Amino acid sequence: MNSVKAKIVASWQAVVRDPIVPFGVVSFLLLIALAIAPLKDHFSEWRHYQQQYVRLIRSRGDAVTLQRHFEGGIHQIWLPQMGVVDRCQTCHIGLGEASLSAIGTQPFRTHPVIPHRLDEFGCVICHRGQGAATTVAEAHHSKMAGEQPILPARYIESSCGQCHHSALEGTPKLNQGRALLTGYGCVSCHSIKLADGTTMTATDQPPPLTHIADKTTREWIYAWLKDPAGYSTTATMPNFNLSDAEARDISAFLIADSKPLSDDTVAMPAATANSTADPAAGESLYGESFCASCHTMQNAAGNVVGGNLGPELTSIGSKVNTRWLESWLRDPRHYDPSTQMPQYRWTDQQLQLLTGYLQSKTNSDFLANVHLEAATPAQIAHGKALVSEYGCASCHEIPGIRKPDNFAPDLSRIGSKPLPQLVFLAGMPHSLPDYLSEKIRRPRAFGSNLRMPVYTFTPAQVEALTTALLSLTDRSFTLPPRLQVPSPRISNYQPAGHAGQLMANLNCLSCHRINGRGGDMAPDLTWEGSAVQRQWLDAFLKNPNTLRPSLIRRMPKFNLSDSDRAELTDYMLTVYQTPAFERDSMPLSGYAPAEVEQGRQLFYSKYGCQACHIVNAQQDKGYIGPVLTRVGSRLTAAWIYHWLKNPQALRPGTTEPNQNISDEDARALTAFLMAQNTSLKQEAKK
Amino acid sequence: MKRILWIPGMVALLGVGCAHRAAPTLALHATAAGSALVESSGGKQLGMPGTMLPQPLVVQVNDASGNAVTGALVEFSGPEGVRFDPAAGLSDSNGQVSTNVTMGGIGGRYELTAASSDKSGKQFFLKVTELSAPYQQQVGYEVNEKYCAHCHNSESSAERVSNYDNLAVKPHSFADGNVLNKFSDSDLNAIITHGGPALNRSALMPPYGWTLSKAKTQAVIAYIRLVSDPPYQPAGVTYAK
Repeated sequence: MNSVKAKIVASWQAVVRDPIVPFGVVSFLLLIALAIAPLKDHFSEWRHYQQQYVRLIRSRGDAVTLQRHFEGGIHQIWLPQMGVVDRCQTCHIGLGEASLSAIGTQPFRTHPVIPHRLDEFGCVICHRGQGAATTVAEAHHSKMAGEQPILPARYIESSCGQCHHSALEGTPKLNQGRALLTGYGCVSCHSIKLADGTTMTATDQPPPLTHIADKTTREWIYAWLKDPAGYSTTATMPNFNLSDAEARDISAFLIADSKPLSDDTVAMPAATANSTADPAAGESLYGESFCASCHTMQNAAGNVVGGNLGPELTSIGSKVNTRWLESWLRDPRHYDPSTQMPQYRWTDQQLQLLTGYLQSKTNSDFLANVHLEAATPAQIAHGKALVSEYGCASCHEIPGIRKPDNFAPDLSRIGSKPLPQLVFLAGMPHSLPDYLSEKIRRPRAFGSNLRMPVYTFTPAQVEALTTALLSLTDRSFTLPPRLQVPSPRISNYQPAGHAGQLMANLNCLSCHRINGRGGDMAPDLTWEGSAVQRQWLDAFLKNPNTLRPSLIRRMPKFNLSDSDRAELTDYMLTVYQTPAFERDSMPLSGYAPAEVEQGRQLFYSKYGCQACHIVNAQQDKGYIGPVLTRVGSRLTAAWIYHWLKNPQALRPGTTEPNQNISDEDARALTAFLMAQNTSLKQEAKK
Repeated sequence: MKRILWIPGMVALLGVGCAHRAAPTLALHATAAGSALVESSGGKQLGMPGTMLPQPLVVQVNDASGNAVTGALVEFSGPEGVRFDPAAGLSDSNGQVSTNVTMGGIGGRYELTAASSDKSGKQFFLKVTELSAPYQQQVGYEVNEKYCAHCHNSESSAERVSNYDNLAVKPHSFADGNVLNKFSDSDLNAIITHGGPALNRSALMPPYGWTLSKAKTQAVIAYIRLVSDPPYQPAGVTYAK
C-alpha cells in the first residue's frame, strides 16, 4: 500500500518537479478563463457592425453630425404594454439618419418614411424576428418553437393589417388579399374573426341552387363541376378535382333536389323566342342596356371586356334554358330574391331579342363530350353525401342541406401558426409565408383526402392572399385595444316603403351607395335630394343621358312607368336631403348679369374650372368632371354653392379638390353656373 | 517520415470532401451572337419592395445592322436581393429574351444589367432602370392616380381617362426630371398646396392644400422624386452592383 503511495508521489514529483510551476500554470489558465467573457463581448457581432459604422461615417461630409448622434453599446426599445424588447438598433444604427438613405447596404440604411415612430412601435411588430437577440442568426432566422423568423419584405404590408382592419392607403397588396378572401368565398368555409370583434363575411354571391333544374341542364352542371374555368375564364367557382363519378352523382342530386319554380311569369312559349330573334338587334339592345357595366363577354378579338358584378356571358347559350332566360330577364328576383340584377321592364319584343342574342352565345366544345345516363336513386343518394362532404352548402343555398358550421379550419390566427405545427412538402422552404402560398396554390398536394378546392390565382393574387392571411396574428389580439383601427361599420340600410320596394326591384344599391350601403360604380345618392331639381331627375330616370363623358359604365334605361318615376323622384327628393343646408335656400334663377359675368371670369381665369369641366361645348375641353352645359337646370343653387365651398364635405372622396373659395366667389360662380340652363328643347331650336 | 506523407493525403481528401459541387445548371449554349442589346419593354416599371414587377422585362439582341438575332445568350444581373426568373436565356425567333424581375427588399431605384457577348466573346451590356416604391411613395402613387394623373399623365385608359391632350397649358409629366428636378421640395409643396398661381404658373393647376393632408402632399413629392428621369439627385437613391 505504501509502495503504491510512494509511487504516486514519485511520479507526481517527476511530472511537476517544483510546486511553483503547476501553481503558475493554473493561475495562467484561470486568467485566460476570466478573459473569455470580456473578449467574447469585445469581438461580438454587434460591436463589429458598430465599428463598421464608425468607419463608414468617418469619411463622409456630415461625419461630425453623425458621430454626435452615434453612441456605442446595446440600444433597446422597451415597450412593456406591447411586449416589445427590440435591440435591432444596436446594429441598424442609421435608421433615423435621413442622410444615410443613399446607403444601399444593410444594416446601416435609413428606415423608409412610415406613419409610425420607431420608438413607439419598435421593430418586431412589423418585421417579426427576435427583438431581444443581438446576433443576426438569432434575431433574423430563428425558427424555434414560438419564434418567427424575419418577415420577407414582400409580405410586410401584412403587419399593417394587425391593427388596421379596413382598406388602407399605401397597402394595395393587403387590400387586394382581403378582397380576395371575401370575394372568392374563402370566408364561407374558413371562419376569420378579427381583433376588432368583427367576423369577415363573404361578398361574393353564389347563386342559390334551389331551382337549378329550371335554369340549366344536368350536363352543364356536370361539365361545370369538372372544370369551371373551361366554361368561363373569370369564374370564381374553384375546381374540386372531382372524378367523373363524383360529378355525375352531384349533378344527379342537384337536379333531383331542385324545386320547380312557379311559372306564372313566363307568358310566352320558349319555342317562339329563337325563331323571331335577330341577333344584331339583340346585340345592340345588349349595348344600349349597358349590360357590359356588370357582365363580361369575350369579344371578337378574344379579350374579355365588361364589369365583374355579374357572371360572364360568353357562353351563356350553352348554359341556360331559353324559357328560364326570358323569365329571368323579365323579373330576376322571381328566381333569386337576393340577386343584384335590376328588373329592366323590357317589352316582350325586347325580351325576345335579348334572349335570342344571348342564346346565340354558345361554346360547342364545352358540352361536346358529356353524355350522362339517367340517374339512379343510389347515385342521387351518393351525390347528396358528396354535397355534404365537399361543403357545397357553405356557399350555395341547396334545399335540404344545412350550411355547415366550422367546415374548414378557423384562420383567425393563422399568421402566428408555429412552424413545428406545420407539415411541409418535400423540398419547399420551411417558412410560414411559403407554406401559406403553397397551400393556396396547390392545396391537394398536402394530402389526397383534403377537400380544399383549387383556385386559378395568379402569382400576384397568391402573394396578396398570403399577405392578408399573415396579418391574422396572435399579436393582433394582444396589442393594446387603443391601437385597433376597426373595420367600417357595415350598414344594412334599406330604402323604406313602396318606393323602397321599387328601388329594391331596380337594385339601385348594386351600383349606387346610399347611407353607407351599396356599390361604388355610380355616384353616392345619400344627399341626392338636396342636389338635383325635380324636372331633371324625372327626365333622367326616363332617359338617362351621360353626365361624365370619360366613364365607360353608365346608368341604364329601366323603362319606368310615369307613376313609378314620380314615386321615385318624390321619395329621393324628400328623403335624401342633407342636414347641412336647406335645399331651396337659394333661388334657381334671377341672378344679376354682372354677377353671372363675374362668375364666368372666376370660372375661366382664377379657378381654371375648364381643366376638368365643360360649360361651352364648342370651346371647353374638360373631360374629367361632369359636363356643366345645362347644370343650371340640373342642380339646385344651394347644392352648387355648398359644393364649391367644400366638395369633400358633401361627398367624401370625390375627385374635385376643396379650393377654399370665398363666399363671394362661390356665390358668383353659382350665379354663372345657374345661368347654364338651356334646356334640350331650346338647344334643338337653335 | 511516413507520418508526414499521409498529411497531404488527408488534406487532399478533405479538399475533395469540402469541394462545393456547382449545382447542375440548365446548359444554355449560345448558337448565335449579336452586337447590341435594346430594351423591348418592361423598363421603368414601378414595383414594390420584394415583389415581382407587374410586367416581364423583355430585351432584344440585334446584330450590327440592327436585325434581331436568334439564339444569343443573355444573362441578367442586378444589385443584391434582385431575382430574375430566368436569370439567363436564349433569344427567341424575334431576338427577344423575357424575364420576370423580383425587386430587392429596399425601395428605390434599381439598375439592372442585361449582358450578352459578340462573336469574339467580348461582352456588351444594357442597363435598365426599375423603380421600387416603399410605403410613402406608394401612397404618393395612389394619390397621384386619383388626383394628379388625370392631367399630368398623358396616357389614357378606360379606367382612368387622361385630359392631358385637351389642356391649353400642358402640365409636366412627373417623370420629367429635366424640369421638375429644378424645383425644390418646398416649391413643389407650394404648387400642390396653393395651386399653380403660387409660383406664377397656370391656374389650371388647382390648390390641393385643403384636400390633401400634409403627409399626403409629402408622399406625392416623394413619388415625383422617385419616378423622375434623370434621377433626382439630393434624395434619389441608386443601387448598383
